[in-house]
Amino acid sequence: MTVVDAGQPQRVKGPGFLARLRGGSRSGSRADVRRRIGERAYTPYLFIAPHFILFTIFILFPFFLGIWISVHDSTPLREGPFVGLRWYMQLFNPDSSQFPRFWNTVWNTILFVLISTPLLVGVGLLLAALLNTKIRGRNFFRGLYFVPWTLSVSVIALVWWWMFNSNAGFVALAIKDLFGVGPNWLASNPWAWIAILIATLWWTIGFNTIIFLAGMQGISADLYEAASVDGANRWQQFRSITLPSLRPILLLVITLQIIASFQLVGQPQLMTGGGPPSALGGETTPVLLHIYNVGFQGRRELSIAAAMALVVAAMMVIVSVVNFRLFSSERS
Amino acid sequence: MATTLDRGLERDEPVELKAVGTRRRGRGDRILLYLILIAIAVFFILPLVVVVSASLKYRSEVFTDTGLIPSSPSLENYVALFSGSAEFATWFKNSAIVSIIGTVITLAITSLSAYAFARIDFRFKGLLFGLLITTLVLPSVMFLVPQFKLIGQIGLYDSIPALMLPGLAGVFGVFFMRQFFLTIPVELEEAAYVDGANRFRTFASVVLPMAGPALATLAVITFLAFWNDYLWPTIICQNNCTLPPGLRSLQSEFTSDPGLVMTGAVVAAIPVLIIYLVLQRYIVQSVASSGIKG
Repeated sequence: MTVVDAGQPQRVKGPGFLARLRGGSRSGSRADVRRRIGERAYTPYLFIAPHFILFTIFILFPFFLGIWISVHDSTPLREGPFVGLRWYMQLFNPDSSQFPRFWNTVWNTILFVLISTPLLVGVGLLLAALLNTKIRGRNFFRGLYFVPWTLSVSVIALVWWWMFNSNAGFVALAIKDLFGVGPNWLASNPWAWIAILIATLWWTIGFNTIIFLAGMQGISADLYEAASVDGANRWQQFRSITLPSLRPILLLVITLQIIASFQLVGQPQLMTGGGPPSALGGETTPVLLHIYNVGFQGRRELSIAAAMALVVAAMMVIVSVVNFRLFSSERS
Repeated sequence: MATTLDRGLERDEPVELKAVGTRRRGRGDRILLYLILIAIAVFFILPLVVVVSASLKYRSEVFTDTGLIPSSPSLENYVALFSGSAEFATWFKNSAIVSIIGTVITLAITSLSAYAFARIDFRFKGLLFGLLITTLVLPSVMFLVPQFKLIGQIGLYDSIPALMLPGLAGVFGVFFMRQFFLTIPVELEEAAYVDGANRFRTFASVVLPMAGPALATLAVITFLAFWNDYLWPTIICQNNCTLPPGLRSLQSEFTSDPGLVMTGAVVAAIPVLIIYLVLQRYIVQSVASSGIKG
């Protein structure tokens, strides 16, 4: 990939060269800048091409293809006719057969987001606060708490599927020993949800913890010093120094957590199979699992799944935007 | 938000007061703190111990011998896993291929692209980069169906390339490497230029060698992402799966033999646990600084 004429390297030098090298030049005509630098106009495009071509084919094009599929009637086997907004109308029409099942799973997802977000953010803060002390073995504990995060969702879901196995699972047996009775964890509610919540906590809490911990370590010691001179106890220091200083990081973690919780799918798929069954179908089926079942199982209704995915994606984008607005506007 | 976080990551130790004694903990306090930390550590480690224990119990033993330490531990599950079904070995091999090749290609193409976006001025640069960044905030769920359809149409369903192509097209690496390239001083590149090196030579022999730590971080994150990816391979593979969807097949095929299923989970976890054991502190830092959530 020779892009410079070896015969004229001295042409490289000249005014605007540094700015151009930094990639920030706004001055001079582009042709002029290019000639001075002595490289072909297409050089930068060669640099971005390998990734950008893949990006165009597998992300940019699918973005539009997804919309296209959602206004047609397609399955993997056949290209269906154009149906306009039929699937979207079904999703928003209470009389359609798609409506109750879809919104039931959306509601399941929202419930999970509402419960898991405060839990995972709160526990993450607590663990970070415990680790933010000068004691021996601190990095060891931090490393230990983070172990599950490195595992695949299918591994952690199977781990907890076994832990809650009502015949011989560790947790199920321990509860039975303690109380004499125990629920059929993965096949009855709310126990199935609690099991999913615990699996999720175990898997991802390390992430929130290390982010909070890094944030806490960045807070100036002077603030704490001043506060303790004024007689503030540890709780008061946490409330009036740590929390306010962490505010931007808190916003980041909460937003990431909401998005992550919204994408719940592997844990119920492998632990409960989306069950236990109820009138509307699976009680622990989140919307992503529903989309998977509609699009990739049974009749494989790709078009309906595509429409659902776009509706859910829109919800997620709206939630993160609202979340950001809410937090950044109430800054005191 | 970056500033507090960056400062904390750089220091990587707790803030301590200069004033002596003010925040020092008493002996009792310290012991209590240790007890709490150990109790939490048990919560994180116990499930792994339970699962390893289950993998050492053959067939019905897993239901009859419920103790933490197997009364007659055996490796029969491990033998059965690899010899009994040829599938598991295939899944393992595919996971290794996809993760290693996927990581190498990702590093190559994203750092090339990121360098151009960080250092070279060209037409439509802002527009193209804006396009990349915009897709970064779009939820992956909306791409599942169209990517599946596309892969099917180009005849790659159930193939190795299908398992990595959408991942390779991801933009996180470009964004991450560009951030890094912007922090390297340009003076060294200037020297290379004056000596007559072209862009690519400058990139390959001056810039990349300095990018070691950033490339390593990206490599770890990318490897984990490929190794652990679940939903996409579940959709796109049938006989040519990786471990995460493979574990799902294993579970549905051997529901009544949890010992074997747990063995599969252990084997799938071992490579990442080994990597984590070696690079623990480093991985924690990488993930915290790049802020990616699983």
